[in-house]
Amino acid sequence: MSAHVAIVVFPGSNCEQDCERALRDLGCTTERVWHAESSLPDSDIVVLPGGFAHGDYLRTGAIARFSPVMEAVTTHATSGGLVIGICNGFQILCEAGLLPGALRKNSGLKFICRWVDLRVENNSTAFTSRAEIGQVLRIPINHFEGNWYCNDTVLAEMKEKGQIALRYVDSPNGALDATAGIVNSAGNVFGLMPHPERATEELLGSEDGRVILGSMIDHVSRVPHAQVS
Amino acid sequence: MSYSARVSVMLKQGIADPQGQTIERALPALGYRGVKNVRVGKVIELELQAESPQEAQGLVSEMCERLLANPVIESFEVTIEGEQE
Repeated sequence: MSAHVAIVVFPGSNCEQDCERALRDLGCTTERVWHAESSLPDSDIVVLPGGFAHGDYLRTGAIARFSPVMEAVTTHATSGGLVIGICNGFQILCEAGLLPGALRKNSGLKFICRWVDLRVENNSTAFTSRAEIGQVLRIPINHFEGNWYCNDTVLAEMKEKGQIALRYVDSPNGALDATAGIVNSAGNVFGLMPHPERATEELLGSEDGRVILGSMIDHVSRVPHAQVS
Repeated sequence: MSYSARVSVMLKQGIADPQGQTIERALPALGYRGVKNVRVGKVIELELQAESPQEAQGLVSEMCERLLANPVIESFEVTIEGEQE
C-alpha cells in the first residue's frame, strides 16, 4: 500500500513542490489542495508545507488558520489522521490550536538559513519511529520565527508525555528547551521548524529527512487512514 | 454608532522581548541613562459599528482573543476612542 498525501497550499506557501518530490520519491502519491477548499481528498497524511502563508501578516499562521481548508485538516486530525506541519506549517498548527505553544521571533532577531543537528528524543512517535533515541539528524532550517514557547505547566506535561520529539543539539533560535519538533498528546499531529523535505538525498547534503518522512509512511502502512488508497 | 478602537498588543510580561532589549541597549549610546524595561508591541486601529461603547469594547476584545493577539504569548488592551454619527 502506498500512502496518499494531501499537501495544502496557502497563498504564500513555497515548499509544496519540495514536499511533493520528496514524498513521491519515498513512494507516496500526492495531491495539492488549495487553502480555499472546504474538504480534503481521502488521505492518509496531510502536510502543511513551509512558506509565508497569507504573507505571515499579523503573526505567522494567524490568518492561515482561518483558511476554509483548516476545518477539514482539524477533522482529519481529530479522527486520528496524521498531520505534519513543517516550518510555516508548524506555526499554523500552533495558531490553530492543533499543537501547543507558539513560535516567536528568533532570539537573535535574524532570519536563519542553515544546517542544524537535531537529536531524536522520542522514537515512539509516528514521525520518528525510524530513528534511534539520541540519533542526531542533520536537516536545514530556514526561518525567522522558530523560537518555540509554551508556559511551564504545558511544558511539564509535554515532557512527561514525551511530546518534545526533536531538540536542537545547539539551539539556533532561543526555542524553549531547545525544542525543534513536537507532537500533540494524541501522537498524530507533528510540527517541526526544520525542513525534512530538503534533506532527502545525499546530493542535497543529507538524507536524514527521510527518517522523519519515512517514519510517517511506515505508520500509515500499518494504520491506514484513507478509506480508498 | 461608529466607534474607533485602538488595540495594543504586547508580549506578556515574563516573555523575552529581544527587540525591546536591543533598543534598551541602544539608548545609552545616545546619552539616555537609566532607561529600562523597554518593550515593543504593536498597535492596531480599527473602526466598527456598535450600539454602545461597552458593546464596542466587548466586540474588539473578542476580536483580540480570536485573532488580533495570540493568548499564548501576548496580552492586549483595548481603548474605545470616540464615536461618530
